[in-house]
Amino acid sequence: MAKEKLVLVGNGMAGMRTLEELLKAAPDMYAITVFGSEPYGNYNRILLSPVLAGEKVFHDILLNDEPWYRTHGIALHKNCEVTKIDRRARKVIAQDGTAVDYDRLLLATGSNPVILPVPGNNLAGVITFRDIKDVDTMISASQNLRHAVVIGGGLLGLEAANGLKQRGMHVTVVHLSQTLMERQLDETAGGMLQRSLEERGVEFLLGAQTEEIIGKNRVQGVRFKDGRETTADLVVMAVGIRPNIELAKQSGLYCERGILVNDTLQTYDPRVYAVGECVQHRRQTYGLVAPLFEQAKVCADHLAKLGIRRYQGSMTSTKLKVTGIDVFSAGDFTGNDQTESIVLRDPGVGVYKKVVLQDNRLLGAVMIGDTLDGAWYFQLMREGTDISAFRSRLLHGQAHLGDAGHGGANAVVAMQDQAEVCGCNGVCKGEIVEAIIGKKLFTLEDVRAHTKASSSCGSCTGLVEQILAMTLGGDYSASPKEKPLCPCTEYTHDEVRAQIRERHLTSIAAVMQHLEWKNPDGCHRCRPALNYYLISTWPAEVKDDYQSRFINERAHANIQKDGTYSVVPRMWGGVTTPDELRTIADVVDKYHIPTVKLTGGQRVDMLGVKKEDLPKVWADLNKGGLVSGHAYGKALRTVKTCVGSEWCRFGVQDSTKMGVTLERMTWGSWMPHKFKMAVSGCPRNCAEATIKDFGVVAVDSGWELHVGGNGGVKVRVTDLLCKVASEQEVLEYCGAFIQLYREDARYLERTAPWVERVGLASIKQKIVENAAERKKLYARFLESQKYAQVDPWAARASAGVDRHEFIPLKQIA
Amino acid sequence: MNEWIDIGRVEDIPLQGARVVRTPQGDVAVFRTIHDEIFALRDRCPHKGGPLSQGIVSGKTVTCPLHNWNIALDTGEAVAPDKGCSGHFPVKVVEGKISLLLPVERVKRASVS
Repeated sequence: MAKEKLVLVGNGMAGMRTLEELLKAAPDMYAITVFGSEPYGNYNRILLSPVLAGEKVFHDILLNDEPWYRTHGIALHKNCEVTKIDRRARKVIAQDGTAVDYDRLLLATGSNPVILPVPGNNLAGVITFRDIKDVDTMISASQNLRHAVVIGGGLLGLEAANGLKQRGMHVTVVHLSQTLMERQLDETAGGMLQRSLEERGVEFLLGAQTEEIIGKNRVQGVRFKDGRETTADLVVMAVGIRPNIELAKQSGLYCERGILVNDTLQTYDPRVYAVGECVQHRRQTYGLVAPLFEQAKVCADHLAKLGIRRYQGSMTSTKLKVTGIDVFSAGDFTGNDQTESIVLRDPGVGVYKKVVLQDNRLLGAVMIGDTLDGAWYFQLMREGTDISAFRSRLLHGQAHLGDAGHGGANAVVAMQDQAEVCGCNGVCKGEIVEAIIGKKLFTLEDVRAHTKASSSCGSCTGLVEQILAMTLGGDYSASPKEKPLCPCTEYTHDEVRAQIRERHLTSIAAVMQHLEWKNPDGCHRCRPALNYYLISTWPAEVKDDYQSRFINERAHANIQKDGTYSVVPRMWGGVTTPDELRTIADVVDKYHIPTVKLTGGQRVDMLGVKKEDLPKVWADLNKGGLVSGHAYGKALRTVKTCVGSEWCRFGVQDSTKMGVTLERMTWGSWMPHKFKMAVSGCPRNCAEATIKDFGVVAVDSGWELHVGGNGGVKVRVTDLLCKVASEQEVLEYCGAFIQLYREDARYLERTAPWVERVGLASIKQKIVENAAERKKLYARFLESQKYAQVDPWAARASAGVDRHEFIPLKQIA
Repeated sequence: MNEWIDIGRVEDIPLQGARVVRTPQGDVAVFRTIHDEIFALRDRCPHKGGPLSQGIVSGKTVTCPLHNWNIALDTGEAVAPDKGCSGHFPVKVVEGKISLLLPVERVKRASVS
């Protein structure tokens, strides 16, 4: 069967990104033809400013060179403008007469710079700032001309002005408004930006409306409405862009400001798709790269006939690509009478930060001088996080929220190339930057795959995103609102889970079939997640799929670097007996276990057990009354305790007993991630309960309950959930909190990031303020525990469960 | 000399799982995919020597349990962008019985000595 024919008009970033996504999803579906009016392959238009400023050369910003098109069997017609679409005959016709048939057509015609309708706008020396040709013109002008006037004090205009100044020209920026970048900045920020540029020697004429460009053949000057005049050898018009819709309009596709598209990026003709700056979606047009990439992904999905994703519009953020001047803006930064603003202003160091809030949620942010937290604010905005818990520290940035891992080293720009970014995989800044440039990476996922940075514990993710932003220049913010669960699907964690609940799906195969998984049996990321979602949603019905569990949970022990395992028996509340210790000592002798040590959670760890010995080790431990401690699982780990009022002269409650009771109630439950608890007998808090997932601190009148803490790479101190009086209440609140976490958090999300994502307020509301809801959660937890509290060691030690797991298939010689 | 050696039956290996065959030259991991295909690799990840037999099997790859490298079951090659090869062994399945092509001279010599 002949392949279907796909024609792309517009060889720019949006169109080509769509093709790249399409080739990933369905490499052989189409015979592809690309038309581009420029004489090059596809290049990174957002990096034109650094080329102009002399920080990069054209070769650096080329994304797809001509061999790339050949390798992928794509016919490229460069320097070839399409002039006509015959939709009835399904054919595009180019200026030079080339005609190509299509089954599907993708329009990515981008936008055109706006030319002011003033006399003299066609004189030699009047240019725009749009493509590499304009940049070449500006570079050569800077070599033999003196005065440049940039009309337009927006993002593009200022980048052009900075570039020309760097190249030695005398530059004046002319702007209609009194504030620079008034669509992204408020007055204060605009003023600070103006001063930093003035310090670099750029001059400004604000509130100036251009009346005429003066000159005979070449430009000689600019005259304004108020009579002022200025000399000019070069005029750069950067007053905005207009979607390029001529071709679409002419072929009868419905257009307003842009080509109208629906959520699947289809125009009024369903065979014709459109992406990028030329489209208008839900009344919006976009001129930044991140939304274009989001559109590209959705469009590619539909072209590949996967048909499962919708584009629902983008939230955008802006950064100025002027080296050394940091500007960030996102969302609604002015606010209104319904909103509140928090402002931090330090003129001494040139820092200005402002966030706009409504109902404790971020609506917008604008920053000058210190934009490190831009990505973080943007994330808070997109996720609609309730920030009331850290409102007072919001403007001081993420580094001040107990981020002990990387708090001090957040200034990526100032970081040395040799500075280590990812401590897990030993990746330094220079390697990441090199990979981003050399391998042309755009997204966090790409960087993870190629460098391994941020792919293990994830604590450096923020840093890597900042390096991406810094290296790619301004508009990097590529990650879509919520990421798909894994590359096997387009659905997010939350969507998958909702489907499991609503459609009553009870097996991994059923989930994959109903949600049209791309890989028939998934991958190592989605299978464990799906298995968890299934067993936690339908505890009574679902059969646990061991082949979809990570080895530690399959073998009920922790794999070590040499392939041996470690074994940790449960010691309730950290209390043990001489008999238990004797049993452990005998097991260690009998099986020649090389190392015995205490864990951070007050348990005994036997390290270096051979896999074949595990069932025998467990059998012996079982005989001594010891059961699995689940030190290997995404599960309840340990309840750490202090001695409490039984012995301690300060203790006000029996924390040990409380710890044992809690551990008896909660052991065996599977969770999205590991879950640790502690109980302290007085506010001296010797059990360190305030860095646990659920911590209990005794006070004279009862118990304080703390949630969402952890030690580790990114230490987070708990938030106080509430105070309760009785032991029964501790159990009920604890069970309810665990169940809420089990039902709501995403797989591999610990309580700390979960609490930050959903907000403490929403958790309090369900557990503290709403007693009925709390009781329901608690009941569901107890119900699921009925199926979970079975010692997995006993089953394997004596009943021969999973025997194949522990013995070799065959021993040869 | 290489020789085909019987190692067991297809159903002895869990679906989407693996078992180990111990040989004098080291462990061999024998995998069974969801479509009942059988593959054999040296049980050592090219990265840090992790036991591939303990990894999660999906499609025709296994994910190393130590640092999540993905290894192609049919070639033993790491999936790009990672690089390295763990080495694979020919296998055949006749009426549900799996045999593995191993260098037996050395096996025999080892068993005699």
